[in-house]
Amino acid sequence: MLDKIDRALIQATQAGLPLTTQPYHTLAEQLGICAEEVIQRLQTMLDSGIIRRIGVVPNHYALGYQANGMTVWDVESEHVDELGTQIGALDFVSHCYQRPRHLPEWSFNLFAMVHGKSRSEVEHKMEQIAVLLGTHCHQYQILYSSRILKKSGLRLI
Amino acid sequence: MLASSLNTLQQRLLENFQHNLPLSPTPYAAMAEQLGVDEAQVIAALADLRDKKVISRIGPVFKPHRIGTSTLAAMSVAKQDLSATAAFINSLPEVNHNYAREHQYNLWFVLTATDDAHLRAVISMIENKTGISVMSLPMLHEFHIDLGFELNHS
Repeated sequence: MLDKIDRALIQATQAGLPLTTQPYHTLAEQLGICAEEVIQRLQTMLDSGIIRRIGVVPNHYALGYQANGMTVWDVESEHVDELGTQIGALDFVSHCYQRPRHLPEWSFNLFAMVHGKSRSEVEHKMEQIAVLLGTHCHQYQILYSSRILKKSGLRLI
Repeated sequence: MLASSLNTLQQRLLENFQHNLPLSPTPYAAMAEQLGVDEAQVIAALADLRDKKVISRIGPVFKPHRIGTSTLAAMSVAKQDLSATAAFINSLPEVNHNYAREHQYNLWFVLTATDDAHLRAVISMIENKTGISVMSLPMLHEFHIDLGFELNHS
């Protein structure tokens, strides 16, 4: 389980590691612990899967993938595990989640973020997903983002 | 900003260090050694990537739902109220992502809190304040393992 120092460490890394020769030392000073402990705690969270990876975090938009669409799919519940696994494995899907339906207004239970350099590219990829889902999907839509209103690192409230 | 406009070192940093940033006391020096350049060049290249917003940051990426709890929330806001409602949503510390989307549900944001009670309280507060119901769609299952993003993705 995470303790108070882990949480403070997570918080301290959210703006990004400092670009100093010894960034873990800089974090350590902020937290009042030693750098070895910072490294050890990050390693432990990496080993336990709390941290997925440590590295440079690219901004898809800046790399030219500007036409990102949130595709949403109404997939038969008994097939969602099997089909979700297949969709999540596609190289153009960056996130794939099962979420609850919210009936009657929202019947979509599978979400897949599709990235492309143009809307037509994204829509072509969406068609590939539609073919893969076949008759187990009853309807689908794509929601383009028209504006990013806020994007910040994770905060723990 | 296209990947092709980055210099070679910047492309190599993006290709090689989306994972496995060295957990060494001097990680940028360790990266420099792997790439056969100087530590100062690595730091300058990373600072430039950050300043140009090609990368959002350098650091750990956390697995969702392993620390605290979160949900994807959607609202259907009248067009003339969208800016004011979005500004209110952005002002909440529990919100880390907020997107306007082209749909009847035109405001989509991620709410994060340390526990479910806090999450429910924030949702009620938003509904009371705006008079608009919030559709909460928490993640039930994650199918994709985020292994980073390939530059040569075509």
